[in-house]
Amino acid sequence: MRRALLIAVPYLWLLALFLVPFLIVLKISLSDTALAIPPYLPTLDFSEGWAGIWGFLQQLDFENFTFLTQDELYWRAYLSSVQIALISTLLTLLVGYPIAYGMASAPEHWRATLMMLVILPFWTSFLIRVYSWMGILSNEGLLNQLLQGLGLIDQPLTILNTNTAVYIGIVYTYLPFMILPIYAALEKMDDALLEAAEDLGCSRLTAFWLVTVPLSRQGIIAGCFLVFIPALGEFVIPSLLGGSGTLMIGKVLWEEFFNNRDWPVASAVAVILLLILIIPIILFQRNEQKQREREG
Amino acid sequence: MAQTVFAPWDNPDEKPLIQFKNVTKRFGDFTAIDNLTQDIYTREFFALLGPSGCGKTTMMRMLAGFENPSEGQILIAGQDMAGVPPNKRPVNMMFQSYALFPHLSVWDNIAFGLRREAMEKTQLAARVEQMLKLTRLERFARRKPHQISGGQRQRVALARSLAKAPKLLLLDEPLGALDKKLRQDTQFELMDIQEKTGTTFVIVTHDQEEAMTVASRVAVMDEGRIMQVATPAVIYEQPNSVYVADFIGDVNIIEGAATPHPAGDGYAIDWAEGQPQFHAKTNRAFAPGQKCFLALRPEKVAISAEPPDEAANRIQGKIIDIAYLGNISTYHVRLPNGTMMKAQTANTRRLSRRSLTWEDAVWLSWTDTAAAVLEG
Repeated sequence: MRRALLIAVPYLWLLALFLVPFLIVLKISLSDTALAIPPYLPTLDFSEGWAGIWGFLQQLDFENFTFLTQDELYWRAYLSSVQIALISTLLTLLVGYPIAYGMASAPEHWRATLMMLVILPFWTSFLIRVYSWMGILSNEGLLNQLLQGLGLIDQPLTILNTNTAVYIGIVYTYLPFMILPIYAALEKMDDALLEAAEDLGCSRLTAFWLVTVPLSRQGIIAGCFLVFIPALGEFVIPSLLGGSGTLMIGKVLWEEFFNNRDWPVASAVAVILLLILIIPIILFQRNEQKQREREG
Repeated sequence: MAQTVFAPWDNPDEKPLIQFKNVTKRFGDFTAIDNLTQDIYTREFFALLGPSGCGKTTMMRMLAGFENPSEGQILIAGQDMAGVPPNKRPVNMMFQSYALFPHLSVWDNIAFGLRREAMEKTQLAARVEQMLKLTRLERFARRKPHQISGGQRQRVALARSLAKAPKLLLLDEPLGALDKKLRQDTQFELMDIQEKTGTTFVIVTHDQEEAMTVASRVAVMDEGRIMQVATPAVIYEQPNSVYVADFIGDVNIIEGAATPHPAGDGYAIDWAEGQPQFHAKTNRAFAPGQKCFLALRPEKVAISAEPPDEAANRIQGKIIDIAYLGNISTYHVRLPNGTMMKAQTANTRRLSRRSLTWEDAVWLSWTDTAAAVLEG
């Protein structure tokens, strides 16, 4: 009985905070816009009994989803979001892996401090940190002043309001989510494994490639998911650091919801976004499961 | 037909495979290896034995190339190993933790080293199969390391380190993680494999029984120095110091002063006031009155209720304690001056027929050649 309760806790959590809100969003995405509060029709009215519910269900349709396929803005926004999220995940991995590796090979008494330094930025508001990047990257910003002061460039580099600024923002913001799982995987690794690889004829580099990387695979995967998923729907970073040319689905969603007040289309955009995220994750996990089963 | 005894260390024409020449290794202020010189010969099964922190592991890691000597030279097959990285040495190591690659199957673990030297595919497969057969692992080839038992993992580690047919195999406490019964079986297996492959083995262990069982020669180490190198029998029967005698097996150490024996052979040893002198023969020379130590193995001390007729040394005492180990019993006997002495007998009779028990007055006796006379 107590075990059943314990198991029920996460499911109740998911039910209340994921499944129910999702069903509400799904319902709105199947509705039509209306000048009303809330700004969509139909609304569920239990006072009319079964006939009311039947009537309500009949008014739901997939019109908004069809609309999304007709306007090329949407699929271009999805595609561009996936592209930006993929590239920034890769960049975060390239920056985060060496940091995690350095932390894991640091002397034991240093590790707690290094870990602290990685999560220290969370002490400051995320918005303030993104705003300060605007100060750094703008044409008259710190970076351009520095480079010009050193005589490396004549003309200021235009970074702010480009995709480059978005990449910098995402890599900076999500770096800890990449570092921590990789660090956790690397820290567990037995150093004797690398010595064994060298002993069997590997150079340091091949030993890293053949032993360290495969053994930190779980951490790499977890880190990539932790960065890719929020980056895909990212809104604040592209709207503050990106330019008018930066097309991301989070921005589209915001505009539909707040500027156009078109809740049904905004909900449809959100539902598709969720599917884009969930389907690859499910496929991936299935594959992992099968592999585990094969190994017994 | 008489078999020739394997003793290349006695043959002045034999070229050693490994030479340590005045090797010193320091870690900061700590001297792990102190000006050590030692030769190890081809096909030897050489054991480095000592308590933890004596430098035996450092010696092995210097052979593998994971540490470099602070001073001195290490030669393998006549070639100076200074600056040669681990992956370029004709040496493989079996790690204490086995260090099997958890993401690779048993087969791929064994093939790992062979793949690094770009071996041809069918040849590689044949070599792996040969190693699997040698270590009786054919049935587990497809398993991952976490899916097999500790004993099997140990054999995978051995197969992997032997796969490249190294000139020298280093074994770091190879049997430490196994339980006693399995360890004993594996010791014989190791010796068997060493003989079959003809590889030179250097084993590091703190288990003296293990060293005695497997090794052709044992080096007893303490604080970065080798105290004695000899065959297991010599180490046990003729230790060169109290440290070695005490480290290997059980021993009674009696301090005394040596004077030439009136009969002209050996020495009479004064060991306690008012007690009869002990008589011991030795090759060592002692000045009259020089301090010495008698190292006397308990199994060389006979114990009897009646005074023995003819014995070079005999003394009366009282049984204080009996340690019954099944096959043998060790008697702790208090001598008249309070000194405790251990005597051991094989339990050839059944328990009910043995006469000696606690508080019995008994006679201890031993011959004049039973004890080793040591300077310190």
